[in-house]
Amino acid sequence: MNDLTAEQIHEQNEHRATKTLGFWIYLMTDCILFASLFATYIVLRDGTYGGPSGKDIFDMPFVLAETLILLTSSFICGLVMLAAKHKQKIWAVVGLVVTLLLGAAFLALELFEFTKLAGEGYSWQASAFLSAFFTLVGTHGLHIAVGLLWVLVMLGQMLRRGLTAGVSRRLAMFGLYWHFLDIIWIFIFTIVYLMGVA
Amino acid sequence: MESQKRTSVEILRYGIGFVLAIALTLIAYFLVVNQVLTGAGLVGAIMGLAAVQLLVQLLFFLHFGSKQASDARWHQAAFYFMLIILIIIVGGSLWIMANMNYNMMMTPEQMNEYMMKESNKGF
Repeated sequence: MNDLTAEQIHEQNEHRATKTLGFWIYLMTDCILFASLFATYIVLRDGTYGGPSGKDIFDMPFVLAETLILLTSSFICGLVMLAAKHKQKIWAVVGLVVTLLLGAAFLALELFEFTKLAGEGYSWQASAFLSAFFTLVGTHGLHIAVGLLWVLVMLGQMLRRGLTAGVSRRLAMFGLYWHFLDIIWIFIFTIVYLMGVA
Repeated sequence: MESQKRTSVEILRYGIGFVLAIALTLIAYFLVVNQVLTGAGLVGAIMGLAAVQLLVQLLFFLHFGSKQASDARWHQAAFYFMLIILIIIVGGSLWIMANMNYNMMMTPEQMNEYMMKESNKGF
């Protein structure tokens, strides 16, 4: 590191900032993807085709537990960012493992909910409401699954290479991604579940 | 010493965000489950709570608008542009579909019934 001239360090920082901005723009486009799914859901939520509406099938204490788990996961992930920033590798690894476990718990609960609904005959084929519901919530779940894979890759990189500039940058991007998914979930919780049973 | 102090301030920042987020989630949950409000008031209240939580998470978790990043302005520009597109997509869809139901003189429930009746005839 000491061999780098001031100019090279400046260039490196510039490079990092550009990549982070690129990732941020990806997140913004992902927001627009979710916006169209939310719009679809809101338009179709009364199209129950004689089947169940949200009121009949949502298990609210279960969904609250999911929400709190994801929120905690997002908070721990924030602490991982701090640990990485201050080069405390052990705490970063521990925090990342906790983030992984909480994320996996969330995904397991969601899959449990999906299989339970499908088992009762309320699958995505039953009505427009259920199609929109499974697409919106399922897309979020898919993002979570990708995030969990990402955590595994980051854990491997941190243990093998340590907190190098590249690893720290990818870790910071993962942090943005995970907080972003938590924000999307807050709106799923509010618009799909809370307004569904209200 | 100085850096240690800064670290605890940073941890505190995440902690405050976390506590606020939990509180906002629980308030919205109990408003709905205990049926404190009804109708449009309830929908307005929980959407308001979600919007406040968006702000809390943006500020405390994503450090939105902090001067740390050299190109924070570009992050903000992308965010506000996304917000405009989002409002057009969601607001526009709701507006068009509400208008369509109105012009067909049908409520969504009636539309539902109509479609069930039509599909029973067979294609």
